[in-house]
Order: sequence, then C-alpha cells, then structure tokens
Amino acid sequence: MPTPRLQLKRITKRYPSVVANSEVSLTVMPGETHAVLGENGAGKSTLMKIIYGSVKPDEGSVQFNGQVVHIKNPQEARALGISMVFQHFSLFDTITVAENVWLGLNKNLSLQQVTQSIVAKATEYGLDIDPLRPVHTLSVGEMQRVEIIRALLTNPQLLILDEPTSVLTPQAVDKLFVVLKKLASEGCSILYISHKLHEIRELCTACTVLRGGKVTGVCNPSQESNASLSKLMIGAEPPQLTHRAQKPGAAVLTLQNLILPREDQFGVDIEGVSLQVCAGEVVGIAGVSGNGQKELLYALSGEDVRAKPGTIHIGGVDASRLHPGQRRKLGLHFVPEERLGRGAVPTLGLAHNMLLSRQEAIAWPKFGGGWIRVKQLERHAAEIIARFKVKAGGPRSLARSLSGGNLQKFIVGREIDANPKLFIVSQPTWGVDVGAAAQIRGAILALRDAGCAVLVVSEELDELFEVSDRLHVISRGQLSPSVPIAEATVEKIGEWMSGLWDDDVQQHLAELEGMAIVGEPAQSGGQHAQA
Amino acid sequence: MLKLEARPEPSKIWTYGSPVLALLITVLIGAVMFSALGKDPVKGLEMFFWLPIHNAYALGELLVKATPLLIIALGLAVCFRSNVWNIGAEGQYIIGAIFAGGVALLADASSTRWIVLPILLAGVLGGMVWAGITALLRDRFHANEILVSLMLVYVAVQLLSYLVGGPWKDPMGFNFPQTKTFESVTRIPRLFDGSRVSIGALLALFSVAALWVFLFRTRSGFALQVGGLAPAAARYAGFSSRKALWMALLMSGGAAGLAGALEVAGPIGQLTLYVPAGYGFAAIIVAFVGRLHPVGMVFSAILMSMFYIGGEMAQSRLGLTKSLTGVFQGLLLFSLLACDTLVNYRLKWRTRGGA
Repeated sequence: MPTPRLQLKRITKRYPSVVANSEVSLTVMPGETHAVLGENGAGKSTLMKIIYGSVKPDEGSVQFNGQVVHIKNPQEARALGISMVFQHFSLFDTITVAENVWLGLNKNLSLQQVTQSIVAKATEYGLDIDPLRPVHTLSVGEMQRVEIIRALLTNPQLLILDEPTSVLTPQAVDKLFVVLKKLASEGCSILYISHKLHEIRELCTACTVLRGGKVTGVCNPSQESNASLSKLMIGAEPPQLTHRAQKPGAAVLTLQNLILPREDQFGVDIEGVSLQVCAGEVVGIAGVSGNGQKELLYALSGEDVRAKPGTIHIGGVDASRLHPGQRRKLGLHFVPEERLGRGAVPTLGLAHNMLLSRQEAIAWPKFGGGWIRVKQLERHAAEIIARFKVKAGGPRSLARSLSGGNLQKFIVGREIDANPKLFIVSQPTWGVDVGAAAQIRGAILALRDAGCAVLVVSEELDELFEVSDRLHVISRGQLSPSVPIAEATVEKIGEWMSGLWDDDVQQHLAELEGMAIVGEPAQSGGQHAQA
Repeated sequence: MLKLEARPEPSKIWTYGSPVLALLITVLIGAVMFSALGKDPVKGLEMFFWLPIHNAYALGELLVKATPLLIIALGLAVCFRSNVWNIGAEGQYIIGAIFAGGVALLADASSTRWIVLPILLAGVLGGMVWAGITALLRDRFHANEILVSLMLVYVAVQLLSYLVGGPWKDPMGFNFPQTKTFESVTRIPRLFDGSRVSIGALLALFSVAALWVFLFRTRSGFALQVGGLAPAAARYAGFSSRKALWMALLMSGGAAGLAGALEVAGPIGQLTLYVPAGYGFAAIIVAFVGRLHPVGMVFSAILMSMFYIGGEMAQSRLGLTKSLTGVFQGLLLFSLLACDTLVNYRLKWRTRGGA
C-alpha cells in the first residue's frame, strides 16, 4: 500500500461552547478525490482549517506524505503543497486577474511572468480566463476559476475545495468536474467538501462523513445511494414533502417592467422585470448569485423605494413608493437572505427582534411611535419559538447566540405567524441543516395551501424544484419567462441561468424553418457569457 | 501563560463589574501617581474621593457639577445608541447658554419668577438649533457629523466671544468681555438654603426616568437603537434613518442647551468667556462610562464631578496642577475600555506554552 498523501489521526478541536472535531481520523491517498460530507456545523470547515494551518488542533496528529507535520499557518501549508479554494473568494474587485494572483504569490516573479503562467495553466486545464480583465467584470464562476488557477500555480499535491459548486450553474459544475478529474488523474489529491450528495457520488472515490464533529462513516460514495449517504449525514432520511395540486387565485403581486439602475458600483441594474404571483401558488426565482436578486428583493420589500410609480402592485394597490412598514400593512412579509444584521439584530433578544416586523405588542401607536408591552412581546416570541421548534434559551436569548438554522426558523416563523397575503423569502434554507430545511420548506408549502402568494428566491435548484409551482430565472438583471415546474428541467433552467432563454425562441423559429441553430447567446454584453 | 478566550455569551457579571474594576485600577494608578509626585497618596486620593462627599455642602457642590454633566450625557446616549456621533455637545451647550442668556437679559424689575421657564426653553431651543445644523448638513449633503458638530463648537465659542465683547457687553463692566449680571429674578430656583443645588438636579433625575422609558419602552426609542446596532435591520424593518438622525441630534442638542441654560442662569449668573467649561466633552466620557444607560450615567456623572472637584482641591490644597482632573478622567476611560474586554472574553491560565 502506498504512503497516504494525508493522514489525520484522532484530531480534536474544542471551542468554548462546542466541540468542533472529536477524534476525527481521515486518510487521503495520492490521486484520490475524497469527499468530506456533513451538514452545516458538522465540523467540516474546522477540519479543513486545521489541515490548512489556520486553526491548531487541541489533540491529534497530521501526517503529510508519511511525515508528521505541524502546520502553523497557510504559508507553511502552501510550501508543503497544500492549496485551498475557499467558498468565499478573496479577490480584489478593482484590479485585474493577474494582479490578484500576483499579490498572493512569491514576489520574485514579475507581473509579466505571472500573466504568462496563468495563461499556461488556463490552457492546460481548459480554464478559460483573460488575465487582464478587472475582477469586478467577472462572473462568479469566472472568479472561482481565478481562485482555482491561483491554487494550481503552487503545483499542489493536495487541493482543498470548500463547497465549490454553491455559486455555479449546473453547466459550470460539469466543467469544474472535468478539471478536477484531470487533476486527480495526474496524481493530485483532492479534498472535496460538500453537502450535495449527487455531486459527491459523481465525482468522489472515497468519502468521510461527519456528524456533530464525529466521523459517522467512511465509504465509497459511488456505491452508496443518496438515501444511505444522507442517513450517515443526518442520522435519518429527510422527510418527504407533499405538493398538492391547487388552482391559483387572483394575482397578489404584480411587477410591470420594473427598471432600477444599480445603487452601488458593483451592483446589478434591474432591466425591465415583469412578474406575477397569485394567491395559493409558489413562484421560484432561480439564478446564480449576483445577478440582480439582491436588488430585486430590495425593490420588492420597500427597502429601496426608487421604483417608478405603477410598477409594483400588491393586492391591487400601487406599492412602488411605499416603505417596508406600509407594505407590511398590505400583507407583504419578507425574509431576507442575511439573517444576522438584516433579518435580526444580533445583539438584541428574540423578543425585541419581533418588533422589526410585528406590531402586536405595541400599544398607543400614536404616542412616541407606540408603547412596547414587554410581557406580551416575550409571550408572543415564546409562542413562535414553540410553534416553529426553535432551539433557543427563551425569548430573551440574543439573536446571535442561535445557530443559523434556528435563527432562520425564528425569522421565518415570525413572518409566517403574521398570516401574510404575500410571502417573499430569499435563500430560505441557506446554511440550514437538512432537518430544519425540510421544516422550513414544509412551512412554505403550508402557507401556499392556505392561499398565500409565495415568492421564493434561491440558488439551490433542488429546493426550487421541490417547492415551486412555476419557475423564473434571473440573469444579469433580467427575468426569464416563467415555466411551470412540470415542464422545467435542470438542464433548461441551467441554460437559462446563463441568460440564454431567448435561444428557445430562436430554436423554435429555426425548427419551424427546418434548420437548427445552436447556442450563440442572443444577449448584449455577450463577453460575459459562458455556456 | 495568560490567554483570552471568547465567551459564548457576554458576561452579565462583568457588564456591571467592569466599571467597578476600572475604578479600582484608576484609584491604584492614582495612588502610585501621587507617590511619584512626592505626595502622600492617601491625602491625594482623599482630595478626589473623600472631600467631595464629606459634608452636606460638599455634596451639594458635587451635584451642582454633576447636573450639567448628567443632562448632556443623557442626550448624548441617545445619539451614540443610534450611531450618530455628536461630539459637539459643548457647542450646543454654549448656544443654549447664549439663547438663555439673551432671554435673561430681557428681564427687568417687572419680571416675575416665571421668566425662568422661557429662559430654560430658550436654552433647549438654542441647543436644538445648533445640533440641527449638524443634522441638516448630514441629511442634505452627507457631511460627517463628527467633524461638523466638533467644528461648530469653535464657531459657538467665537459667537459667544463676539456677543460678550460686543453687542451684549456690560456697559458698566470696565470693558471686561461679559454681560451684566442677570436680574436675581432670573436665577434658577434653588432647592435648599445654603446650597447651590437647583431644580436642575430634579430636572436631571426626571430626564433619567424619561430617557429610560424612551429607550426601553417606546417604539421610537427602539427604532433609534436598531439604527445604531444594525442599520440594515432598521432598513428592513422600515425605520427611517433620517428620522433617527434628526431625532437623536435634536434630543441631544436640546439636552445640552438645557444644561447651558441651567448653568448660565444658575451658578454663573451672566454670560462670560468662562461659560464653556468642557462639560460637553466630559459628558462623552460620562455617557460611555455609564454604559449609555440612564441609571449608569447617574453614577458616572457623580464620579466625573468628583474628579472636577478633586482637581480643584488638589490644586488649592496640595499645590498640584488642576490638570489632574483630566488625568483621572483619562485613566478611568482607559481602564474601563481595558476591563470591558472581560465582558466578551474570559481569562484563562494555560500551563503549557506553545500549543
């Protein structure tokens, strides 16, 4: 048996309130693509940070190519041949690709040499990138390529990828896998962190499953089923949702040609979005992040009131210029993507966080904005904590003391409890563990069945396919036509995510003329397009 | 090896313990400092921590100084809690004094005691006007409120010296830059004979209660604080940041102006170049040492007032410089900031090194 590339033995790392890793052992062979599977909070990130030298373990040893190593910092890790591509990119927006890569490298090289080596690596692995482009003009997928090239330039023997596909279209994922498989075939070991089971089954040859900081299984994922993997990961199979057919009622939210120029330099212009959400239906908006979701949601919630009068109607009322509080009175309740700092104030208790969107505990609203009845407020918060099974110390627990999933349950609960007529939710289950995610999706469907109009914006296609009745795709500030969920396929939505929905029309016309035209994007700004 | 370890939740005990520990450290360093200056440390500390409270008259003087500090700090707490950095309370205090002084100068033999009311209201108005300039510039032109409010302090000082050296100068005053002494009818009513404590102290205590209610029981107060704690959450909730800006600045300006009116129509009794006594700046320390909490600020205002009186005592009795007041203020703020680490972190001894 050859020497393992990386061997972790009984790694333990404790934090004041939690044991992040408990006696974790892991072996990666040369050329192996090894998955580390686990829910959020299972200890994957801590483990990777230990390998990469940014966190020191309390106990246990790390062996690299058979040698015991004590990696003190990421520089030492890179010197050993360990590279890491983080989930959140560390690129400077205002300078070019080459300059960004240069910043992270040995200073002996000139910018010229770095540019040349970027081009060389890019051609070798089919990673199409122009080193002279400023980073802010890149799509998220392209930024990730820059990060991968930067990692590859150090000629790593072990490459760590943290949730690399969370920002990619399905097609971009396929391209990434080609690169990773080529790397592995050349003998580079890959540690692939994810919670997406089908990806792991497709790509990886070995898998270590973590749950609550402990190893719960080591297996070959290609010989496992989604169900068996998810059982290892969460200890149970996720509950199945039932999606009842139901005839939608009257339109509750209507957007007519919403146009909004970007507010900040690196934002996205909203270019003529039209949309309708009816009572009793769930409309999903898919898309890669940074394509205008944030801007669209600001305009819908009332946090941005620059919309032209007449463009946004809620329940038949022109809401284009109404502030969030006024829109809430029309029955709109909104769960933003950022929980801490937007959906909740981190340093306030849950009870007081109710006041952000709820008025029930306010007496005499005319006097000083209203009197806060603290007892009633706490009782109400306690009800929501109980009803939505939020794990929290009580209504006085600080918002920041809750885990991401529990805080999300509380915020979703707070908004659903208001019996909204229109419910808008962004990334409902981002960073939420599987059990809580199923619960939140169930609550969304229950709301729909009760006749509420629901708009879900998400980057997780699986989730959208699970809850939506119709799907739109947003790309570069434009919204695709909607497609009923029965007619939507992952491939089609994936293509639309690159802004290619107009091709359908083209192809249709071409078929009518008896000839097929394939795939040139019909969008302006085609320099961004990468199929 | 001593190690700091993050606490999962801020410590309740140290939230209150930290100011106490900070005071102890201040006393210790103060004792060392007196020894280094060749003075008996016990005597030195006595100036600061015993003489100001040793009899009824001294206590009265303590309250006279604590009152303006507390009133200004209460207003500033509203600002700081809503993330509006008004550090120009001194200027708002001066303009409040000028407005109040202007009304007091109108008094003549026919005036009644009720003239005190318009004097105080004029003070409030003056402070609000001055803070309103900062709010306006911030609101309309995104001018940084820290700079604007601070600069306006110096404008206020110039305005005061123009008035007392020009149009409002006492014609019988031997050309000193000061107004005539106000009619005795304008004097803020005192609470007891033989003490200079006035109804200002009651107003301050009333304001403490009012601020507590505003911050912790009204939705407007809540909205203001959310704007300070998490601006995106305030935007999400629909709390207007402009309203918060205006409200915070007008409230703190009004409070500072009230303090100015109470001073000028109280202990001072005329407008002079000595109206600005640094209360507006000292109140910033009062506000932070008092945790921006209405009740906490009562204690910190009294403490800060002790430092003022102690400095004067140290000068007159020990022949030390009055700047000791500033040294003690600085020591206290410095040790408080250091001790506050313990709220979010705990100290841990680690026996083995490295790791």
